Amino acid sequence: MHPTHQPPVPSTGTFHPPIRYPMMAKAKHWIEPHPQGIYVRPADIWIDPSTPKKHAVVTHGHADHARGGHGEVWATPETLAIMGLRYGTDAGTPLAYGEGFERGGVRFSLHSAGHVLGSAQVLMEYQGERVVVTGDFKRRPDPTCAPFEPVPCDIFITEATFGLPVFRHPPIAGEIDKIFARLEAEPDHCLLVGAYALGKAQRVIAELRRAGWDKPIYLHGAMVRMCELYEELGVSLGELRLVMDTDKEDMRGQIIICPPSALIDKWSRRLPNPVTAMASGWMRVRGRARQRGVEIPLVISDHADWDELTGTIRELAPRETWITHGSEDGLLRWCELHQIKARALAMIGREDGDDG
Amino acid sequence: MRRFAALIDSLIYTRSRNAKLAAIAAYLRATPDPDRGWALAALTDSLDFPAVKAATIRNLAGTRIDPELFRLSRHHVGDTAETVALVWPDLPDGEQSDPGLDEVVQALFATTRATAPDIVAALLDRMDANSRYAMLKLALGGMRVGVSARLAKTAFAQAFDVAIDDVEELWHALDPPYEALFRWAEEGGKRPDLSTTPFFRPFMLSHPFEGDSLDLGEYAVEWKWDGIRVEAVHLGGETRLYSRGGDDISAAFPDIVEAFDRDGVIDGELLVRGTDQGGEAASFNALQKRLGRKTVSKKMRQDFPAFVRIYDLLMDGEEDLRLLPWYQRRQRLEAFVPKLNADHFDLSAVIKVDDFAALESMRAGARDAAIEGVMLKRRESPYLAGRVTGHWYKWKRDPLNADCVMMYAQRGNGRRASFYSDYTFGCWTEDGELLPVGKAYSGFTDEELKWLDRFVRQNTLNRFGPVREVAKSLVLEVAFDSIHESKRHKSGLAMRFPRIHRIRKDKPAEEADRIATLRGMIS
Repeated sequence: MHPTHQPPVPSTGTFHPPIRYPMMAKAKHWIEPHPQGIYVRPADIWIDPSTPKKHAVVTHGHADHARGGHGEVWATPETLAIMGLRYGTDAGTPLAYGEGFERGGVRFSLHSAGHVLGSAQVLMEYQGERVVVTGDFKRRPDPTCAPFEPVPCDIFITEATFGLPVFRHPPIAGEIDKIFARLEAEPDHCLLVGAYALGKAQRVIAELRRAGWDKPIYLHGAMVRMCELYEELGVSLGELRLVMDTDKEDMRGQIIICPPSALIDKWSRRLPNPVTAMASGWMRVRGRARQRGVEIPLVISDHADWDELTGTIRELAPRETWITHGSEDGLLRWCELHQIKARALAMIGREDGDDG
Repeated sequence: MRRFAALIDSLIYTRSRNAKLAAIAAYLRATPDPDRGWALAALTDSLDFPAVKAATIRNLAGTRIDPELFRLSRHHVGDTAETVALVWPDLPDGEQSDPGLDEVVQALFATTRATAPDIVAALLDRMDANSRYAMLKLALGGMRVGVSARLAKTAFAQAFDVAIDDVEELWHALDPPYEALFRWAEEGGKRPDLSTTPFFRPFMLSHPFEGDSLDLGEYAVEWKWDGIRVEAVHLGGETRLYSRGGDDISAAFPDIVEAFDRDGVIDGELLVRGTDQGGEAASFNALQKRLGRKTVSKKMRQDFPAFVRIYDLLMDGEEDLRLLPWYQRRQRLEAFVPKLNADHFDLSAVIKVDDFAALESMRAGARDAAIEGVMLKRRESPYLAGRVTGHWYKWKRDPLNADCVMMYAQRGNGRRASFYSDYTFGCWTEDGELLPVGKAYSGFTDEELKWLDRFVRQNTLNRFGPVREVAKSLVLEVAFDSIHESKRHKSGLAMRFPRIHRIRKDKPAEEADRIATLRGMIS
């Protein structure tokens, strides 16, 4: 599923206070933020552009970062495979974590971001200056992808999806336990978990396996190909079955994974008494969970929470922090309070959507 | 506090009534006194901590977090208590020492405006985010978990397998944390003596009349007035006004409460006088302007003066009349009413009618704005709590009908979340424009719902969030009890109890009714 195919979620996450943030760099920097992406002028390369470009580095496969139609693409082999599946793109230069290339005097290399399988940060070195673009990242362990690698830099260009102190993701084990507790209390029902099709779904499945759930897990049709790709790329998910091929009665007491949009879709009528859950960092806020009509909010996110965002900035102690998207006002304010040089880049097309 | 917080959260996310009942009942059984009593009080809005204000909590947040970050967070979350609960710094797990609900309640009771910030902050420091949320909601009043007082009492009755009517009676006589109530329910203890306390006595309710005839020698006939059923109690020097569900609505009707000054308990219909009715009872629509208000302005009292049309007398002084037959209670009532202030109390007349055929035509002809139908009451019946068969019958006027055109559809809740089950429909103006006249979500079978859902999906013109605008092609025959002037809809009309009577697949939309036709049905 692609976020733009779903009905728009009324956004409570964006607001526009009448504040003007001064531009930090006086002379034009070699890295230019544009609404449609980050442009690296000396190399003539875009990072995660939202419109087709001749040269693009893509951090990961989510639709608000990866698009089809670029000329030359650099990304991890996993991200290229995901793009191939989603957009039918077939070319691209694979770069493993730590590998790089040079163009126009800029040295590019990719480093693990811990967000989803294949997700990468981009390190760029040019005339003695080091710049890191995080794409999306998290610091929590995730059995389906490599952990975040802290990369020292002068300019840290970060996401801020959860850039407000209300967002603190609890340990995932407690959230997974909510699923088991409900199934035990209501064995006649099935448990329907809404999870973004790329990354979140596989992580939830892998965490269920880690917690000892060895029964088949049932899938909405839209999840199947991505799960198969994860398996091909070496992430083992255990036995998966298709809801469409299963008798209604056989799904009582079972766990079913579907895209968030299918939770209240006609599709769910084929399930036996579904109890609905949704895995997303946005579930931290009760109103947001209620708005989705979810009965079990699972605060499981593939993005850094407030403590991870601020902790990472502290740990890397860059000269400047640039913020691409999310609740940039909150993180900017934190930087200001801690006398850290920061600026917000107005990036478009980065959605406050279901991949939280 | 964690157990209570878990209950609150499960109620927030549960929409099914049965699941809510089960969750509350399980909590009440598993939790010791006095915590469970405080929880019950919290769910029924029976606790008040006036020293703790929203501003107290907001200012407190400013001692732990930058005010600008708090403002941004509050803006995102939309609720002060929840924002504070979420942003308040956590102690490491091992260092939290979650207080019990009783400890929290006692601490909050002991606060003053001056000490509240320190006491609340010290409690917040010991809790996790969910407990903080539950405590702040408790302190500020209004848990907002979609549980009415009646639902909480029903859960109590289910938890201990006792009769809901007994719970209702005792409930109002006792104060939180209701230890005597739990003792009685759990151990079959002695019922507390309640003769001089102004508690709520459960109403006697009726069944719809579905027969062809009744012996009018055995049954007395009264009008069924279209207001809200209330019980006024004056005992032990205190006066209370209760709604049908047993909620105390005294604050919304101070005029009634002040005027009811005789010892006793009456059952009647609360109505307002309308100028259009020459000072007689106005429609339910007029009464609605005074409902749902916590307090009432002087102007409201003047423009919509309220009165109670009395049906029955439950207690005369301290004497309980409920076991007497209706005709004896009626005699006592007729002697009681003249002692009351005539501006605010009158007697619901017994209708003199010769035979059933005459009654039938009388009922059909009744188009008084405030009449819903007639009541048939067995003369020998005692006043029995709840809906007991064979004693009281309601015989509503035949509903009105109109052919309307479906305009919008909205998703339902719970079991119906995947169906478009709430329909807005309209009628034609003289200029051929369709204006909404009402909204209905009942009256159809499951099969019809499936058909309607498919119709909506196949005929969608526009989507507005959960609402779809549909092609104006489907005629719905809508039944409703009455229709009134209203500023709520552009058509200037509002229906009472509209429901889908039939789906008129056979009728072209142009032939649906006109607004003017509906206007002619206003009583």
